[in-house]
Amino acid sequence: MVQITSALPIAKMVGSNRVVLGHGIVHVAGDASLSFQEEKELRRNLVRDALKALQSAEKE
Amino acid sequence: MRVVHYLNQFFGGVGGEERAGMRLEEREGAAGPGRLLEQLLGGNAKIVKTLVCGDNYAVEHQDEVIASVLKKVQEAKAELFIAGPCFEAGRYGMISGALCSAVQSELAIPVVTAMAGENPGADLYREALYIIDSGPSSAKMRDVLVKMAELAKKLVAREEIGLPGEEGYLRRGLIRDEFVEQTAAKRLVDMIMAKVTGGPFESEMVPTSFEPIPMPPAVKDLSKARVMLITDGGLVPKGNPDRIEGSAATRWGAYSIEGLDDLKGDDYEISHGGYDPRFVQEDPDRLVPLDAMREMEREGKIGKLHNEFLSTSGLANPLSNTRRIGREMAEKVKKEGIDAVILTST
Repeated sequence: MVQITSALPIAKMVGSNRVVLGHGIVHVAGDASLSFQEEKELRRNLVRDALKALQSAEKE
Repeated sequence: MRVVHYLNQFFGGVGGEERAGMRLEEREGAAGPGRLLEQLLGGNAKIVKTLVCGDNYAVEHQDEVIASVLKKVQEAKAELFIAGPCFEAGRYGMISGALCSAVQSELAIPVVTAMAGENPGADLYREALYIIDSGPSSAKMRDVLVKMAELAKKLVAREEIGLPGEEGYLRRGLIRDEFVEQTAAKRLVDMIMAKVTGGPFESEMVPTSFEPIPMPPAVKDLSKARVMLITDGGLVPKGNPDRIEGSAATRWGAYSIEGLDDLKGDDYEISHGGYDPRFVQEDPDRLVPLDAMREMEREGKIGKLHNEFLSTSGLANPLSNTRRIGREMAEKVKKEGIDAVILTST
Protein backbone atom coordinates (compact mmCIF):
# COMPACT_ATOMS: atom_id res chain seq x y z
CA MET A 1 0.00 0.00 0.00
CA VAL A 2 1.05 3.54 -0.67
CA GLN A 3 -0.51 6.49 1.12
CA ILE A 4 -0.96 9.83 -0.59
CA THR A 5 -1.36 12.45 2.11
CA SER A 6 -0.58 16.02 3.03
CA ALA A 7 -0.57 15.21 6.72
CA LEU A 8 2.94 13.77 6.73
CA PRO A 9 3.43 13.84 10.54
CA ILE A 10 0.34 11.66 11.00
CA ALA A 11 1.49 9.20 8.36
CA LYS A 12 4.88 9.01 10.08
CA MET A 13 3.36 8.68 13.53
CA VAL A 14 1.20 5.69 12.61
CA GLY A 15 4.11 4.05 10.79
CA SER A 16 2.88 4.25 7.20
CA ASN A 17 5.85 3.00 5.23
CA ARG A 18 5.17 4.16 1.66
CA VAL A 19 4.10 7.78 1.59
CA VAL A 20 3.74 10.25 -1.29
CA LEU A 21 3.19 13.87 -0.32
CA GLY A 22 -0.15 15.21 -1.56
CA HIS A 23 -1.08 18.72 -2.65
CA GLY A 24 -2.87 19.98 0.43
CA ILE A 25 -5.42 18.61 2.80
CA VAL A 26 -8.34 20.13 0.89
CA HIS A 27 -7.31 18.53 -2.42
CA VAL A 28 -4.73 15.88 -1.78
CA ALA A 29 -4.71 14.75 -5.43
CA GLY A 30 -5.37 18.09 -7.10
CA ASP A 31 -4.73 21.81 -7.01
CA ALA A 32 -7.63 24.19 -7.49
CA SER A 33 -5.31 27.09 -8.37
CA LEU A 34 -4.22 25.41 -11.61
CA SER A 35 -6.01 25.18 -14.96
CA PHE A 36 -7.97 22.00 -15.60
CA GLN A 37 -5.25 20.59 -17.91
CA GLU A 38 -2.42 21.51 -15.54
CA GLU A 39 -4.28 19.93 -12.67
CA LYS A 40 -4.77 16.71 -14.67
CA GLU A 41 -1.04 16.61 -15.37
CA LEU A 42 -0.26 17.17 -11.69
CA ARG A 43 -2.55 14.28 -10.77
CA ARG A 44 -0.98 12.01 -13.38
CA ASN A 45 2.45 12.75 -11.92
CA LEU A 46 1.22 12.16 -8.41
CA VAL A 47 -0.25 8.78 -9.34
CA ARG A 48 2.97 7.89 -11.19
CA ASP A 49 4.93 8.66 -8.01
CA ALA A 50 2.54 6.47 -6.04
CA LEU A 51 3.01 3.60 -8.48
CA LYS A 52 6.76 4.05 -8.28
CA ALA A 53 6.58 3.85 -4.48
CA LEU A 54 4.63 0.60 -4.72
CA GLN A 55 7.53 -0.92 -6.63
CA SER A 56 10.18 0.29 -4.22
CA ALA A 57 11.74 -2.00 -1.65
CA GLU A 58 13.06 -1.33 1.81
CA LYS A 59 16.62 -0.04 1.99
CA GLU A 60 18.99 -0.64 4.83
CA MET B 1 -24.63 -9.76 42.30
CA ARG B 2 -24.74 -12.12 39.33
CA VAL B 3 -21.45 -12.55 37.50
CA VAL B 4 -20.55 -14.37 34.27
CA HIS B 5 -16.90 -15.32 33.80
CA TYR B 6 -15.15 -16.19 30.52
CA LEU B 7 -12.09 -18.47 30.44
CA ASN B 8 -10.09 -20.15 27.70
CA GLN B 9 -9.69 -23.92 27.51
CA PHE B 10 -6.49 -23.83 29.56
CA PHE B 11 -7.70 -21.80 32.55
CA GLY B 12 -11.08 -23.49 32.22
CA GLY B 13 -9.28 -26.74 33.05
CA VAL B 14 -10.09 -28.51 29.79
CA GLY B 15 -6.64 -28.82 28.31
CA GLY B 16 -3.73 -27.14 26.58
CA GLU B 17 -3.06 -26.31 22.96
CA GLU B 18 -4.48 -29.67 21.83
CA ARG B 19 -7.92 -28.51 22.98
CA ALA B 20 -7.67 -24.98 21.51
CA GLY B 21 -10.25 -25.95 18.92
CA MET B 22 -13.05 -26.59 21.42
CA ARG B 23 -16.35 -24.79 20.97
CA LEU B 24 -17.94 -22.51 23.53
CA GLU B 25 -19.24 -24.48 26.53
CA GLU B 26 -20.92 -23.34 29.69
CA ARG B 27 -20.52 -24.51 33.26
CA GLU B 28 -22.72 -23.74 36.22
CA GLY B 29 -20.91 -21.73 38.89
CA ALA B 30 -17.27 -20.72 39.15
CA ALA B 31 -14.35 -22.63 37.64
CA GLY B 32 -10.54 -22.31 37.72
CA PRO B 33 -9.46 -18.81 38.77
CA GLY B 34 -13.16 -17.93 39.05
CA ARG B 35 -13.36 -19.60 42.46
CA LEU B 36 -10.90 -17.20 44.03
CA LEU B 37 -12.36 -14.31 42.07
CA GLU B 38 -15.78 -15.02 43.54
CA GLN B 39 -14.36 -14.94 47.07
CA LEU B 40 -12.51 -11.70 46.37
CA LEU B 41 -15.62 -10.05 44.97
CA GLY B 42 -17.15 -10.91 48.33
CA GLY B 43 -20.58 -9.94 49.60
CA ASN B 44 -23.37 -11.41 47.59
CA ALA B 45 -21.30 -11.87 44.42
CA LYS B 46 -21.90 -15.16 42.68
CA ILE B 47 -20.38 -16.45 39.46
CA VAL B 48 -23.54 -17.97 38.06
CA LYS B 49 -21.98 -19.17 34.86
CA THR B 50 -18.51 -19.82 33.50
CA LEU B 51 -18.10 -19.81 29.73
CA VAL B 52 -15.14 -21.74 28.36
CA CYS B 53 -13.93 -21.72 24.77
CA GLY B 54 -10.83 -22.87 22.92
CA ASP B 55 -8.55 -20.02 21.86
CA ASN B 56 -8.37 -21.09 18.23
CA TYR B 57 -12.08 -21.62 17.95
CA ALA B 58 -12.81 -18.24 19.56
CA VAL B 59 -10.52 -16.26 17.28
CA GLU B 60 -11.49 -18.15 14.11
CA HIS B 61 -15.23 -17.82 14.82
CA GLN B 62 -15.17 -14.52 16.65
CA ASP B 63 -18.56 -13.22 15.48
CA GLU B 64 -20.33 -16.46 16.33
CA VAL B 65 -18.67 -16.67 19.77
CA ILE B 66 -19.50 -13.04 20.55
CA ALA B 67 -23.14 -13.60 19.59
CA SER B 68 -23.53 -16.70 21.77
CA VAL B 69 -21.71 -15.12 24.71
CA LEU B 70 -23.97 -12.07 24.50
CA LYS B 71 -27.00 -14.33 24.55
CA LYS B 72 -25.76 -16.37 27.50
CA VAL B 73 -24.75 -13.32 29.53
CA GLN B 74 -28.19 -11.85 28.94
CA GLU B 75 -29.98 -15.09 29.85
CA ALA B 76 -27.93 -15.30 33.04
CA LYS B 77 -29.18 -11.81 33.98
CA ALA B 78 -25.57 -10.93 34.73
CA GLU B 79 -24.73 -7.62 36.36
CA LEU B 80 -21.00 -8.01 35.78
CA PHE B 81 -18.92 -9.72 33.08
CA ILE B 82 -15.32 -10.73 33.64
CA ALA B 83 -12.91 -12.29 31.13
CA GLY B 84 -9.50 -13.69 31.91
CA PRO B 85 -6.94 -12.80 33.20
CA CYS B 86 -5.10 -13.55 29.97
CA PHE B 87 -1.48 -12.54 30.76
CA GLU B 88 0.52 -12.80 27.50
CA ALA B 89 -1.80 -15.25 25.70
CA GLY B 90 -2.53 -13.34 22.51
CA ARG B 91 -5.61 -15.15 21.21
CA TYR B 92 -7.10 -15.25 24.71
CA GLY B 93 -6.48 -11.51 25.05
CA MET B 94 -8.02 -10.73 21.66
CA ILE B 95 -11.23 -12.62 22.34
CA SER B 96 -11.50 -11.39 25.92
CA GLY B 97 -11.19 -7.81 24.70
CA ALA B 98 -13.73 -8.40 21.94
CA LEU B 99 -16.20 -10.04 24.33
CA CYS B 100 -15.87 -7.33 26.99
CA SER B 101 -16.26 -4.65 24.37
CA ALA B 102 -19.40 -6.33 22.96
CA VAL B 103 -20.96 -6.96 26.38
CA GLN B 104 -20.23 -3.40 27.46
CA SER B 105 -21.78 -1.82 24.39
CA GLU B 106 -24.67 -4.26 23.80
CA LEU B 107 -25.73 -5.08 27.35
CA ALA B 108 -24.45 -1.98 29.17
CA ILE B 109 -23.14 -3.83 32.24
CA PRO B 110 -19.66 -3.33 33.75
CA VAL B 111 -16.89 -5.49 32.29
CA VAL B 112 -13.34 -6.16 33.44
CA THR B 113 -10.52 -8.11 31.89
CA ALA B 114 -6.79 -8.38 32.53
CA MET B 115 -3.79 -8.93 30.32
CA ALA B 116 -0.16 -7.94 29.83
CA GLY B 117 0.52 -4.59 28.16
CA GLU B 118 2.22 -6.47 25.31
CA ASN B 119 -0.82 -8.64 24.61
CA PRO B 120 -2.23 -7.72 21.17
CA GLY B 121 -5.65 -7.57 22.81
CA ALA B 122 -4.40 -4.75 25.03
CA ASP B 123 -3.37 -2.69 22.04
CA LEU B 124 -6.78 -3.17 20.43
CA TYR B 125 -9.08 -2.66 23.39
CA ARG B 126 -7.28 -0.52 25.98
CA GLU B 127 -9.15 2.60 24.88
CA ALA B 128 -12.58 1.03 25.19
CA LEU B 129 -12.11 -1.04 28.34
CA TYR B 130 -10.65 -1.20 31.80
CA ILE B 131 -7.92 -3.81 31.37
CA ILE B 132 -6.03 -4.66 34.54
CA ASP B 133 -2.29 -4.93 33.84
CA SER B 134 -1.65 -8.58 34.63
CA GLY B 135 2.01 -8.59 33.65
CA PRO B 136 3.27 -11.64 31.77
CA SER B 137 3.30 -14.24 34.51
CA SER B 138 0.34 -16.30 35.70
CA ALA B 139 2.25 -16.81 38.97
CA LYS B 140 0.79 -13.39 39.86
CA MET B 141 -2.74 -14.76 39.48
CA ARG B 142 -3.83 -13.83 42.98
CA ASP B 143 -2.60 -10.20 42.81
CA VAL B 144 -4.25 -9.76 39.44
CA LEU B 145 -7.56 -11.18 40.65
CA VAL B 146 -7.47 -8.86 43.67
CA LYS B 147 -7.12 -5.83 41.38
CA MET B 148 -9.81 -7.11 39.01
CA ALA B 149 -12.22 -7.66 41.89
CA GLU B 150 -11.55 -4.23 43.42
CA LEU B 151 -12.07 -2.46 40.11
CA ALA B 152 -15.16 -4.53 39.30
CA LYS B 153 -16.74 -3.68 42.66
CA LYS B 154 -16.16 0.03 42.04
CA LEU B 155 -17.62 -0.18 38.56
CA VAL B 156 -20.72 -1.98 39.78
CA ALA B 157 -21.17 0.54 42.61
CA ARG B 158 -20.60 3.36 40.07
CA GLU B 159 -17.82 4.77 42.22
CA GLU B 160 -15.23 7.07 40.75
CA ILE B 161 -12.38 5.16 39.12
CA GLY B 162 -8.87 6.36 39.97
CA LEU B 163 -5.94 6.85 37.63
CA PRO B 164 -4.39 3.86 35.81
CA GLY B 165 -1.49 3.66 38.26
CA GLU B 166 -3.78 3.75 41.28
CA GLU B 167 -6.20 1.07 40.11
CA GLY B 168 -3.69 -1.02 38.17
CA TYR B 169 -5.33 -0.83 34.73
CA LEU B 170 -3.60 -0.12 31.44
CA ARG B 171 -3.63 3.49 30.27
CA ARG B 172 -6.70 4.13 28.14
CA GLY B 173 -5.41 7.33 26.55
CA LEU B 174 -8.30 9.33 27.97
CA ILE B 175 -7.87 12.89 29.12
CA ARG B 176 -9.83 14.08 32.09
CA ASP B 177 -10.12 17.29 34.03
CA GLU B 178 -8.55 17.48 37.44
CA PHE B 179 -7.83 20.19 40.01
CA VAL B 180 -4.13 20.50 40.77
CA GLU B 181 -2.05 22.66 43.06
CA GLN B 182 0.36 24.09 40.52
CA THR B 183 0.04 25.78 37.13
CA ALA B 184 1.13 23.95 33.98
CA ALA B 185 4.21 26.20 33.71
CA LYS B 186 5.38 25.29 37.21
CA ARG B 187 4.73 21.59 36.67
CA LEU B 188 6.58 21.62 33.36
CA VAL B 189 9.63 23.35 34.77
CA ASP B 190 9.66 20.90 37.68
CA MET B 191 9.57 18.02 35.22
CA ILE B 192 12.40 19.46 33.14
CA MET B 193 14.49 20.05 36.25
CA ALA B 194 13.86 16.49 37.38
CA LYS B 195 14.77 15.20 33.94
CA VAL B 196 18.06 17.08 33.63
CA THR B 197 19.11 16.21 37.17
CA GLY B 198 18.18 12.56 36.69
CA GLY B 199 15.31 12.68 39.19
CA PRO B 200 11.99 10.90 38.86
CA PHE B 201 9.12 12.55 36.96
CA GLU B 202 5.95 11.43 35.30
CA SER B 203 4.59 12.86 32.07
CA GLU B 204 0.97 13.96 32.23
CA MET B 205 0.43 13.21 28.57
CA VAL B 206 1.82 9.94 27.30
CA PRO B 207 1.52 9.71 23.51
CA THR B 208 -0.08 6.65 22.01
CA SER B 209 2.56 4.31 20.72
CA PHE B 210 2.22 2.40 17.50
CA GLU B 211 3.84 -0.92 16.83
CA PRO B 212 6.08 -0.68 13.76
CA ILE B 213 4.48 -2.36 10.74
CA PRO B 214 6.89 -4.27 8.51
CA MET B 215 7.02 -2.84 5.02
CA PRO B 216 5.28 -5.11 2.53
CA PRO B 217 7.49 -6.23 -0.35
CA ALA B 218 7.50 -4.25 -3.59
CA VAL B 219 4.88 -5.07 -6.22
CA LYS B 220 6.84 -7.12 -8.74
CA ASP B 221 4.92 -6.45 -11.93
CA LEU B 222 2.49 -3.57 -11.73
CA SER B 223 1.40 -4.14 -15.31
CA LYS B 224 -0.32 -7.30 -14.11
CA ALA B 225 -1.43 -5.97 -10.74
CA ARG B 226 -4.98 -5.32 -9.57
CA VAL B 227 -4.99 -1.96 -7.86
CA MET B 228 -7.63 -0.57 -5.51
CA LEU B 229 -8.29 3.01 -4.44
CA ILE B 230 -9.18 3.70 -0.82
CA THR B 231 -9.78 7.04 0.85
CA ASP B 232 -10.35 8.27 4.38
CA GLY B 233 -11.54 11.62 3.05
CA GLY B 234 -15.22 10.71 3.39
CA LEU B 235 -16.23 10.65 -0.30
CA VAL B 236 -19.60 8.90 -0.59
CA PRO B 237 -22.33 8.69 -3.24
CA LYS B 238 -24.98 11.38 -2.98
CA GLY B 239 -27.32 10.60 -0.09
CA ASN B 240 -24.55 8.78 1.86
CA PRO B 241 -26.18 5.33 1.52
CA ASP B 242 -24.13 3.71 4.29
CA ARG B 243 -24.62 6.70 6.59
CA ILE B 244 -20.89 7.02 7.21
CA GLU B 245 -20.46 9.48 10.05
CA GLY B 246 -18.48 12.65 9.35
CA SER B 247 -16.66 12.27 12.66
CA ALA B 248 -15.64 9.17 14.64
CA ALA B 249 -16.92 7.00 11.78
CA THR B 250 -17.92 3.46 12.66
CA ARG B 251 -18.61 2.45 9.07
CA TRP B 252 -17.03 2.33 5.65
CA GLY B 253 -18.38 1.65 2.18
CA ALA B 254 -17.41 0.16 -1.17
CA TYR B 255 -18.65 2.16 -4.15
CA SER B 256 -18.73 1.09 -7.76
CA ILE B 257 -16.68 2.92 -10.36
CA GLU B 258 -17.46 0.37 -13.05
CA GLY B 259 -17.46 2.03 -16.44
CA LEU B 260 -16.57 5.47 -15.04
CA ASP B 261 -13.59 7.45 -16.34
CA ASP B 262 -13.77 10.15 -13.75
CA LEU B 263 -15.88 11.20 -10.78
CA LYS B 264 -18.50 13.94 -11.07
CA GLY B 265 -19.24 16.22 -8.14
CA ASP B 266 -22.98 15.93 -8.78
CA ASP B 267 -22.93 12.22 -7.95
CA TYR B 268 -21.01 12.45 -4.67
CA GLU B 269 -20.88 14.19 -1.35
CA ILE B 270 -18.29 14.39 1.43
CA SER B 271 -19.02 13.08 4.90
CA HIS B 272 -16.02 14.42 6.78
CA GLY B 273 -16.16 17.23 9.32
CA GLY B 274 -12.42 17.90 9.37
CA TYR B 275 -11.61 19.79 6.17
CA ASP B 276 -13.18 22.26 3.76
CA PRO B 277 -14.86 19.92 1.27
CA ARG B 278 -15.60 22.44 -1.51
CA PHE B 279 -12.69 21.55 -3.76
CA VAL B 280 -13.36 17.83 -3.63
CA GLN B 281 -17.08 18.45 -4.08
CA GLU B 282 -16.24 20.38 -7.25
CA ASP B 283 -14.15 17.49 -8.59
CA PRO B 284 -13.94 14.27 -6.54
CA ASP B 285 -10.90 13.13 -8.59
CA ARG B 286 -9.01 15.56 -6.38
CA LEU B 287 -9.49 13.01 -3.60
CA VAL B 288 -9.98 9.71 -5.44
CA PRO B 289 -7.79 10.07 -8.54
CA LEU B 290 -9.91 7.91 -10.81
CA ASP B 291 -9.20 9.84 -14.03
CA ALA B 292 -5.42 9.46 -13.71
CA MET B 293 -5.73 5.80 -12.66
CA ARG B 294 -7.87 5.03 -15.72
CA GLU B 295 -5.12 6.49 -17.89
CA MET B 296 -2.55 4.28 -16.16
CA GLU B 297 -4.83 1.33 -16.79
CA ARG B 298 -5.25 2.19 -20.47
CA GLU B 299 -1.50 2.69 -20.89
CA GLY B 300 -0.90 -0.73 -19.32
CA LYS B 301 1.05 0.69 -16.37
CA ILE B 302 -1.23 -1.22 -14.06
CA GLY B 303 -3.07 -4.46 -14.79
CA LYS B 304 -6.53 -3.50 -13.65
CA LEU B 305 -8.17 -0.93 -11.44
CA HIS B 306 -10.61 -2.64 -9.09
CA ASN B 307 -14.18 -1.68 -9.95
CA GLU B 308 -14.95 -0.17 -6.54
CA PHE B 309 -13.27 2.31 -4.25
CA LEU B 310 -13.49 2.03 -0.47
CA SER B 311 -14.23 5.05 1.65
CA THR B 312 -14.54 6.09 5.25
CA SER B 313 -14.10 9.27 7.21
CA GLY B 314 -10.86 9.66 9.15
CA LEU B 315 -11.60 12.18 11.87
CA ALA B 316 -11.50 12.19 15.68
CA ASN B 317 -11.83 8.45 15.74
CA PRO B 318 -10.82 6.16 18.63
CA LEU B 319 -8.11 3.72 17.58
CA SER B 320 -10.26 0.74 18.46
CA ASN B 321 -12.66 1.92 15.75
CA THR B 322 -10.13 2.74 13.09
CA ARG B 323 -8.26 -0.50 13.65
CA ARG B 324 -11.45 -2.48 13.17
CA ILE B 325 -12.25 -0.54 10.00
CA GLY B 326 -8.70 -1.14 8.77
CA ARG B 327 -8.98 -4.87 9.43
CA GLU B 328 -12.32 -5.09 7.67
CA MET B 329 -10.96 -3.22 4.67
CA ALA B 330 -7.88 -5.47 4.60
CA GLU B 331 -10.17 -8.52 4.53
CA LYS B 332 -12.03 -7.01 1.57
CA VAL B 333 -8.73 -6.27 -0.19
CA LYS B 334 -7.67 -9.88 0.29
CA LYS B 335 -11.01 -11.29 -0.78
CA GLU B 336 -10.97 -9.30 -4.01
CA GLY B 337 -7.44 -10.50 -4.83
CA ILE B 338 -5.98 -6.99 -4.86
CA ASP B 339 -2.20 -6.67 -5.30
CA ALA B 340 -1.75 -3.02 -4.37
CA VAL B 341 -3.69 -0.22 -2.72
CA ILE B 342 -3.43 3.53 -3.10
CA LEU B 343 -4.82 5.21 0.00
CA THR B 344 -5.57 8.93 -0.19
CA SER B 345 -5.75 10.65 3.18
CA THR B 346 -6.87 14.14 3.96
